Amino acid sequence: MIESAERLTVTPTATSAWRDDLRGVRVVWQRELVRFFRDRLRIVTSLAQPVLFLFIMGTGLSPLVQTGGQNFDFRTFMFPGVVAMTVLFTAIFSAISIVWDREFGFLREMLVAPVSRGSLVVGKCLGGATVATFQGTIMLALAGFVHVPYSPTLMATLVAEMAITAFALTAFGIVLAARMQQVQSFQVVVQFFVLPLFFLSGAVFPLTRLPAWLRALTRIDPLSYAVDAMRRAVFAHVAAPPAAAQALNQGVTWGDWRVPVGVEIGIVVLLGLALLMVAIAEFSRVE
Amino acid sequence: MPQVEETRAQGARTSAPAQHESPRSDVVAIDVDGLSKRFDEIEAVRGVTFSVQPGEVFGFLGPNGAGKSTTIAMLCTLLRPSAGRATVAGFDVVSQATEVRRHIGLVFQDTTLDDYLTAEENLRFHGELYGVRSDVLARRIEEVLRMVELWERRRHEVRTFSGGMKRRLEIARGLLHLPRVLFLDEPTLGLDPQTRAHIWSYIEELRRREQITIFMTTHYMDEAEYCERIAIIDMGLIVAEGTPSELKASVGRDRVDLHTEDDDAAIRAVRDRFGVEAKSSEGAVSMYVVGGEEFVPRLFAELGVPIHSVRISRPTLDDVFMSYTGRTIRDAEASGGERLRSAPMGRAWRRR
Repeated sequence: MIESAERLTVTPTATSAWRDDLRGVRVVWQRELVRFFRDRLRIVTSLAQPVLFLFIMGTGLSPLVQTGGQNFDFRTFMFPGVVAMTVLFTAIFSAISIVWDREFGFLREMLVAPVSRGSLVVGKCLGGATVATFQGTIMLALAGFVHVPYSPTLMATLVAEMAITAFALTAFGIVLAARMQQVQSFQVVVQFFVLPLFFLSGAVFPLTRLPAWLRALTRIDPLSYAVDAMRRAVFAHVAAPPAAAQALNQGVTWGDWRVPVGVEIGIVVLLGLALLMVAIAEFSRVE
Repeated sequence: MPQVEETRAQGARTSAPAQHESPRSDVVAIDVDGLSKRFDEIEAVRGVTFSVQPGEVFGFLGPNGAGKSTTIAMLCTLLRPSAGRATVAGFDVVSQATEVRRHIGLVFQDTTLDDYLTAEENLRFHGELYGVRSDVLARRIEEVLRMVELWERRRHEVRTFSGGMKRRLEIARGLLHLPRVLFLDEPTLGLDPQTRAHIWSYIEELRRREQITIFMTTHYMDEAEYCERIAIIDMGLIVAEGTPSELKASVGRDRVDLHTEDDDAAIRAVRDRFGVEAKSSEGAVSMYVVGGEEFVPRLFAELGVPIHSVRISRPTLDDVFMSYTGRTIRDAEASGGERLRSAPMGRAWRRR
């Protein structure tokens, strides 16, 4: 050990704070992935819920919903919503590991490291986003069962949109987790936010022909814009009868203006960055 | 002792062309001046001043709630001092927090390992987070794991480890990046006596093998004996500081027990020649004297009664604590010492 002391030259290999921080981001991100892929059971079981929604609830609702034509599968409409739901749950719950780490002490190991708090938060956020995107990508494998084609451009578009959504949602989860002391209380708070986010997003029903109050609420839900962007991508690749498209793919409208995909994506990105800033500020206080 | 340690430390560090601001090895390892911390209505640390030399094993001894952990939290940049100033490895704990963190290793009271990663993965995470060069990291991980005898368990997830194994792994992790100062906050808390002894043998070995300053806290009197120098802290103040033997000497007298040919004659002789009152107890002649070690040779030369055996007992650190605070450490803990036990470190990363 004495010879190692001479060789080792203490720690630093990086030459700037910027490099230190990049290192911090990478290490925290890697840990998220290692832990996620170690827990295979969780990967499988957390797919159960979206699969239930798609094939049980979707099939059951089909006869009730006017699809504007007999030859259109309502589950095709639901598919992007259920994929978004997978991303939503995985992303928010990946933030739970912060509370977990706090409760079991590991968070301190990170907080005393010679890297900025911001880099830890960014690493965590990217880790959660990667994991959630991966989980959503597994759901994409089911596309064929609900008449969504495995077109490479469609898949690439959906993965990109999932990644952006996952990032924003993980950032939101981290903001919630920043002050939370116990895993149990986090779960309660998450339920309080996640179910409304999900139900108001138009993931399982069209956002048209709603009463005004509900309509207003759905426009506030940022997930509406993510779901709509993904749904448009799907409808662009399926041969939906015009009547079905009319009924199910109206999109999000502000007054009479249909919000373009670019704006929808922009809303999600900006919101994600804003939440990230809040999360960094939360963790940067010394005490 | 300090000189020897310093030279060794210098020899090892000079070959290190660190690209970051490199601390000078002759710099005081820890320098604290009037450090205070107030939590709302409680003043947990009330202006402590001390310094620790490079290579020294320095201990904070005091009951739970005395301010030990709060002081450590400030020194390792987890808490901002309310007043006063402190440097670690030559860096200011407030204005140069990142440099301080780079040069310290920490072992907390409660474990801070990731239970779901293996021992090796925990170390790798730490090494990468601290920027240990990738070409030395693998070897360094092997060295520290072998030192704490966990190399064979490196691929096991930490949740399968016992409390003692976890603590050893944390000590290994605290050393991985070759810190200049290793902070051990109650390193043996909650461990059984055998494991405690085990942990201490590692710390002893560390002191021999690594060029490192150790700052530790304990409320176990017997463990404070392992320190080269200790500060006794009570109610947020340092009440005494010195080597364990200096502190015990400051209490005053040693106890000397004799077995002699003729106890009554010996008692008389002790009274006549040295002016010391001795008495017979449990088959021995017992007396209390200042400087027992110097007293014994005179005893042999001048007593005039054949002596079979002699035993000198020093005052314990318990007696030291008692003489400076007027109560035993056990009493101090019983009387509401718990007020701060988990709060200080907790506040650093929990809120409200």
